[in-house]
Amino acid sequence: MFGTYDIPDQRNLLDRTRQGLIGAPLERPESGLKVCGVAPYAAEHHPPNCAEGVLVTATIPQGRVIALHKDEVLAMPGVLGVFADKRMLRRPAQGTAGKAPVQDVRAVEYHGQPIALVVAETFEQATHAAKALRVEYEASATVPLDPEGLETEPGRKPVVLGDLDQAMAEAAHSVDLTFTTEGHASAAMEPHASVAEWQGDDLTLWGSFQMISHNVKELADSLRIAPRHVRIRSAYVGGGFGSKLGISHDAVAAAIAARELGRPVRVVLSRQQVFDTITRRSETGQRLRLALDAGGYLAGIGHEAWVSNLPDEPFAEPVTQATEFLYSGENRKLAVNLARISRVTSGSVRAPGEAVGMQVLEAAMDELAEKAGFDPIELRKRNLPSSQPGKDRPYSSRMLIEALDQGARAFGWQDRKPRPCMTREGEWWLGMGVASAARVNMLRPAAARVRLEPDGSLRVQSDQTDIGTGSYAILGQIAGEMLGVPIARVTVELGDSSLPSGAGSGGSFGASSTGSAVFRACEAIRDKLAHRLGVPIEALELRDGMAIASGREVAVIELLRGEAMEEIGRIKPGKTDKDYAQASYGAFFCEVAVNAFTAETRLRRMLGAFGFGRVLNARTARSQCLGGMVWGIGSALTEELGFDLRDGQMTNHDLAGYHVPCHADIPALEVILLEERDAPASPIQAKGVGELAICGAAAAVANAIYNACGVRMHDFPMTPARLLPKLPDPF
Amino acid sequence: MPLNPPANFRVNGKACRYSGDARRSLLDFLRDDMGLYGTKKGCDHGQCGACTVIVDGSRVNSCLTLAVMQDGCEVTTIEGLGSPEALSVLQRAFVTHDGFQCGYCTPGQICSATAMIEELAQGWPSHVSADLNNPVPSDDELRERMSGNLCRCGAYPNILAAIRDAMEAAR
Repeated sequence: MFGTYDIPDQRNLLDRTRQGLIGAPLERPESGLKVCGVAPYAAEHHPPNCAEGVLVTATIPQGRVIALHKDEVLAMPGVLGVFADKRMLRRPAQGTAGKAPVQDVRAVEYHGQPIALVVAETFEQATHAAKALRVEYEASATVPLDPEGLETEPGRKPVVLGDLDQAMAEAAHSVDLTFTTEGHASAAMEPHASVAEWQGDDLTLWGSFQMISHNVKELADSLRIAPRHVRIRSAYVGGGFGSKLGISHDAVAAAIAARELGRPVRVVLSRQQVFDTITRRSETGQRLRLALDAGGYLAGIGHEAWVSNLPDEPFAEPVTQATEFLYSGENRKLAVNLARISRVTSGSVRAPGEAVGMQVLEAAMDELAEKAGFDPIELRKRNLPSSQPGKDRPYSSRMLIEALDQGARAFGWQDRKPRPCMTREGEWWLGMGVASAARVNMLRPAAARVRLEPDGSLRVQSDQTDIGTGSYAILGQIAGEMLGVPIARVTVELGDSSLPSGAGSGGSFGASSTGSAVFRACEAIRDKLAHRLGVPIEALELRDGMAIASGREVAVIELLRGEAMEEIGRIKPGKTDKDYAQASYGAFFCEVAVNAFTAETRLRRMLGAFGFGRVLNARTARSQCLGGMVWGIGSALTEELGFDLRDGQMTNHDLAGYHVPCHADIPALEVILLEERDAPASPIQAKGVGELAICGAAAAVANAIYNACGVRMHDFPMTPARLLPKLPDPF
Repeated sequence: MPLNPPANFRVNGKACRYSGDARRSLLDFLRDDMGLYGTKKGCDHGQCGACTVIVDGSRVNSCLTLAVMQDGCEVTTIEGLGSPEALSVLQRAFVTHDGFQCGYCTPGQICSATAMIEELAQGWPSHVSADLNNPVPSDDELRERMSGNLCRCGAYPNILAAIRDAMEAAR
């Protein structure tokens, strides 16, 4: 197909261009709007005569709605309608679904599931009526509420190589450990919101989304209309972290009500509804087996995980994803076992798989290193395979050794005490920990339009979203760099489905995929400019609006002859995707203080060193890494979804009960960006960075807790309640 | 709902009057009646700080107070602190230090920090204040004082750097 990426682009063209934009730590072009509060997010489009919709959610875990006493609330002030349409969503769409998720709110599959929408003139009226709506149910209990001990099905193709049991039996040193991680919520700061407005048969929906071209298909399919009748606008997104990959309840409900009422309708989920109805990261149980031979080389790796989801839902947290390629060990058993339960849909939450898989693998590696008498860094370095075990394909690039070495130097790892309980400061045990970072790299289909205007200014357009990741910044930098246009003359327009389809924001693929589409569009424009100048493309240099070649210097606007030059660039994954094991790598170092009396753990400092191909913007890339480390700290210490096993109700469905890290939880964080070029990953030699800095971070904290107080924690988050009973005598 | 006696107050220096539904939060009034969408709704329960505005000089979660309660008050929102053409010192510092990613918590962080800097200047204690006479609080004290404002993107280190910068510029 057109645009397939089959041969690694080794030209490193962005190293030869001369505008000086690529990689530069430029400020985000939209930053002025964001710090002044004038960047409009979904719910802030408020067309005239817009009515307000509030969702009603189920108070039973399973069953059928047999009566909705609509008449009672229709008599309340301002109430315009009560909707319980069979097209309304029971579950949100998974990332890249591109079709309607499970619909029909007359059946209930989990506690808190939307069952109706109440629309009124004002938000207060709709909220009151939604609370007042009497619902009668016929309860059932066919699907279990608790994943513990259930029969499972394979959630991922298992990897079985050699004989792990034998490798374990023959190992000079081994560990066989069981871990648990609790469920996580994305908890993006902006709640899911949709404003639907129809003009005839055409719907415009302002929403908060990560992957617009898929979202259009999901919404159209849900409404049973053709995608060409749906336009989605999502220029500013208040965080996603997986929760906005697919459409959710608000979009379909708003569209249905707006059509029926003949006026725009806005539906914003409450914070509690976001927790109750949008995708969660599954809790996991994990068994890690590591077998080390007498020479200190891994002979075997076992990583088996137990996760959960609703019946028939295709997603299973891919816990073992990084274990498949990270370390050597020819005898392997990797498996994800999926249980079916009645609990809000499991789906992608930032770094699905590695976020919880790496934190357990890297904690187990630390235990193995101690048992075998190795420095934990040395154990990792000597077990990096030259090709992916079982697949015999090379790594596209891997900066793990550099990350471990440079990180160790910068952090002062040599000061770590070799044994626990050797550093005490008042009530606090101090300790240091290390862990590797790894996250698979993906290239996704993407398109972008680049238009060089007759006046020499530049416009970049794609439905790519910027969910805080820096898309506005980096796409402008790539285009300006390629075409020699100063950044002040570059405009980037995103998040509108009427524009060419970018990759969207998810799986860390947005920058390298949509960035490559922009790159290719620019290459086509460069070809045209070279042709007009009458020079070979290799000789062309573009800088500050000038075309320079063979000793000639001509203004680009002269070459344009008063007309714009416009190209759409496209890319699709091809052979390089299969021929290479592609991932981003890094290392975490942290120092913790554990209170000897209360078991409170405080981060003292943390450092991450990361290699993810070409750095497109050192400022936004660093911020992505900081954010990832903050997530890692949350996963290590505070974040856990709770469920009441009697009725399936989420017990902490808001930001008071679900503890995302706050300012006081986060110490000084240091980030080292390791420059590299990964040609198999993308023609701009860039890989993903948005999720890497979570993947293993919590293990560094766990390993530091052990170094501090001598307790190996196998259950995350490592709250005082879990740690306290295991602490040594504080005196 | 019965209408209430009107509340007369000022928002960003402009006189306004509210006599509508008593249930309307100050947050919803600012957003939907005034069109001041810079004040964000993140939780509507006073848990996240995204809706922080400054009322009579103090930080307030505007989701936890009603529009009708503002009679006689002076309300300042993010739009009252600066504009893209004329950023406040703190807004400029947030841009310089990349003190945000998605930008949704940002107006609340900036309103909160603006008022916090004033609280420090006036000698207000926090529960981690080591010394009320020290004009330069520690990083830990700033973190504690800002902990009512959540940032899920995890921009905390950059936000702290921005606040430090703005405080130093003011000294």
